[in-house]
Amino acid sequence: MKGLQDARAMLKTAAPDLQAVAAAPARWQDYVLLLKPRVMSLVIFTALTGLFCADVPLNPVLAATAILCIAVGAGASGALNMWFDADIDRLMRRTRGRPVPAGRVQGADALAMGITLSLFSVGIMGLAVNLLAAALLAFTIFFYAVVYTMWLKRATPQNIVIGGLAGALPPAVGWAAASGAAPLNAWLLVAIIFFWTPPHFWALSLTTHDDYERAGVPMLPVTNGEPATRLQILIYSLILVPLALAPAFTGLGGPIYLAIAALGGAGFLALAAKLFQGKARADAKRLFGFSILYLFLLFAALLGEHVAGVHPLALLR
Amino acid sequence: MSDPNDEAEAFRKARRGRNIAILIGLLGFVILVFIVTLTRLGGNAAATGF
Repeated sequence: MKGLQDARAMLKTAAPDLQAVAAAPARWQDYVLLLKPRVMSLVIFTALTGLFCADVPLNPVLAATAILCIAVGAGASGALNMWFDADIDRLMRRTRGRPVPAGRVQGADALAMGITLSLFSVGIMGLAVNLLAAALLAFTIFFYAVVYTMWLKRATPQNIVIGGLAGALPPAVGWAAASGAAPLNAWLLVAIIFFWTPPHFWALSLTTHDDYERAGVPMLPVTNGEPATRLQILIYSLILVPLALAPAFTGLGGPIYLAIAALGGAGFLALAAKLFQGKARADAKRLFGFSILYLFLLFAALLGEHVAGVHPLALLR
Repeated sequence: MSDPNDEAEAFRKARRGRNIAILIGLLGFVILVFIVTLTRLGGNAAATGF
């Protein structure tokens, strides 16, 4: 860790030079990038699944407003993350082209945008939809921007485990927006994303840990090494796969969901086991790619079953 | 060396794009609040006393 701190201190000293480089004027597209549109699309998808899984008739205008608030809230936390992390984003290949570290948008502007959009998204959610959804959205933004970004990310290799809760909450926000409640099935969806996050991110970090090392971010492969990371990926995968089967037994998921969870889970475990046994970075990339497909298919199956009304709870009525 | 006129033009173009984006955002917000208000009031608006 000493080496990391030295490298960080050295690069921090060099930072003013980097900041002095004249940058292109900010275009509106740079402000869109501050909202992390790719992350936002995943948040919208999982929140939409939560909203439909609640199986409550909801006015389409209010449903669309709820999804818009969740999307804007996710974007706001992305902007706050980019404001706070500009110093380390500047040191990593994957992130140095972002608007703030690249100098196209000032940090203060990203901060102002993040705070403004947070207040608007939570305020409109509370006024237009309901207070529980607004409170859960506010907690999600706070957890991502403050607990994860400002504290955990630079403090512990468990950063993405605990911080993953922020990315896991959107289905519960969607569910609460639809029904005004957050029952156990909603938290089951949260738990699936929560336990999916560590193998997903650690698989990515196995391929990019040079970047994290340079920036002094204590990701697990940097602090504990690759073998320990591969073991942790396997352990979390062993928890995730049975957990992802659970909705099929709580009335939430139907036969299509069960088939996808079983087949996808077997594939997930096989890739995690292969990564654990081998050392090839290609295995990590494969697991990372498959993890995205796996989560997408799980939630798409739930969404499809609930939109079509073919899930067990609907058939029992 | 880049031409200062080109830089000034690029700056003006970027600022114009940002201003239009803000205008669209604000108009969108006003329309959203209007539609949500009508939806929340629903059919009860006429029946509710002031």
